[in-house]
Amino acid sequence: MESLLELKQVEAFIQHYHILHDISFEVPKSEVTVLLGRNGAGKTTTLRTIMGLNQVSKGTVRFKGEEISNRSTHQIAKRGIGYVPEDQGIFNGLTVGENMRVAMKKEDEETTKRMEWVLELFPDLKKFWKKEGGQLSGGQKQMLAISRAYVNRNDLLLIDEPSKGLAPIIVDKVTESIQQMKEQTTIVLVEQNFMMASNIGDHFYIIDDGATVHHGKMEELKEDKITMKKYLGIA
Amino acid sequence: MNLRNVDKSTWIYLIASLLLFMVPFILTGRSMQFIFIQIFIFAIFAMSYDILLGFTGIISFGHVMFFGIGAYSTAITMSKFDSTIGSFLFGVVIAVILAAFVSFIVGVLTLRLKSHFYAMLTLALAGLFLVAAEKWRTLTGGNDGFTFRLPEIFRDSQSMYMFCLLSLILIFFGLRRFTKSPFGRVLMAIRENENRTESLGYKIVHYKVIASVVAGVVASFAGVLYALSLRFVNTGVFATDLTIDVLLMTIIGGVGTLVGPILGAGLVEFAHHWLSGLADVHWIFERWIILYGTVYILVVIFFPLGIVGTIQSRFSNRPLKGLRDNRKANENKGRRAS
Repeated sequence: MESLLELKQVEAFIQHYHILHDISFEVPKSEVTVLLGRNGAGKTTTLRTIMGLNQVSKGTVRFKGEEISNRSTHQIAKRGIGYVPEDQGIFNGLTVGENMRVAMKKEDEETTKRMEWVLELFPDLKKFWKKEGGQLSGGQKQMLAISRAYVNRNDLLLIDEPSKGLAPIIVDKVTESIQQMKEQTTIVLVEQNFMMASNIGDHFYIIDDGATVHHGKMEELKEDKITMKKYLGIA
Repeated sequence: MNLRNVDKSTWIYLIASLLLFMVPFILTGRSMQFIFIQIFIFAIFAMSYDILLGFTGIISFGHVMFFGIGAYSTAITMSKFDSTIGSFLFGVVIAVILAAFVSFIVGVLTLRLKSHFYAMLTLALAGLFLVAAEKWRTLTGGNDGFTFRLPEIFRDSQSMYMFCLLSLILIFFGLRRFTKSPFGRVLMAIRENENRTESLGYKIVHYKVIASVVAGVVASFAGVLYALSLRFVNTGVFATDLTIDVLLMTIIGGVGTLVGPILGAGLVEFAHHWLSGLADVHWIFERWIILYGTVYILVVIFFPLGIVGTIQSRFSNRPLKGLRDNRKANENKGRRAS
């Protein structure tokens, strides 16, 4: 299957700390690839490195066949990668509407349709359209963050721990929304909540100590208790 | 344009503008008109600072250099050529081009880096301009400065008042439109979170440089009006005190509100005038700056978002609650880190 994104032996530092040692994986088009691993394994750093927020010190990152390693973040985003960071990255001083409009690089028919679609998916956003981002609940912020990444026609969405800190009922809602989005775009998901990850994901890569150590189909991982215990601490 | 679509705040600003147009017919004294003229000029200067600090999150310690560039450009042009409208307009064009050029260069050199580099470079450059103005006596008259003749139309204090008020209103509505445009939204997004804005595909340095140029040009125009209102210029227009004053006006009025700096300019100028005028009543008022400092501390305690910011956050959803949330979040992060 055609790869949309490909990382080969990527290494990255944060200041003097060598965080990523050997990250290699491929993201097939129109599927959800989940990055799993313990806390501090390097999953978030991997997404940040793809986005150019961390420098690639060795290795290559290719998107749609083009090398994007060490391009600036805005150039990478313009090539069609949407990013939902771990802390959601909401602009607290801007209203929900302004947050959405900043994300829409151009307000054309397609982005307007997409916006209408996410507003149907998350009616809370419509309700709080004029409310500031900083005044939303954690769940609403997450919905806004996901909507903002989706509103443009991105070929790839990088979503970092969308369930973090959310009530179970909100996690279900977020899971449902990502499941609907996966029909229209390719997704790389970092998630600690294995239940959520296994419901959404098609493929997985396990990252341990800054290196990809295992990969396969999500269905296989559910049966592989030894790997789950060894790398994810799940019995 | 459908008048029903005009929002309530626009009507309020238009009514306030109309009232201000009537002031010179009620307060005919030249000194009171002069205070209002100074308020309008500093309000324009403070709004330019608000574009940097309030809307883009850029701190500048040397914003006064653009003010000084505007003041000297006009004054030198008016003294070298005839005192006509033509030479005045020529001075304005020079002021705008010079300010745009300097702010562009400073922005390109420093705005890729953390904002304190911009703050430090502008401070250094403002110092450089001050020294240049002191030393280049043949052109600037040094510390003593020089006077110049005004075109006929500006000699009357009432027409000067109208010109400054009209400039303030046009610049206010222009900047308001600018900050409410998609471009302005990106500036506010940059203020909130640079990395996140860049992740959305915006090259933030472009936006910051344009904000810096807009702020520089507007500040320069304030300097033009300042020189015009005094018919005199000296190196005081490059003094760091003016940057501090304009910073206080912006903070007292409300950062990121645009109308706040206008109110701040009014309060500071009136406080200056009245407090120093009370020197006959008690000697303490000779040291009016102490009282001014006290007022400032009280405003910061009771109106942490500035006067307009606090009122707006109390009576509506926005703006600036987000800023307060950010501040709280940063405090909490700090606590967690320690």
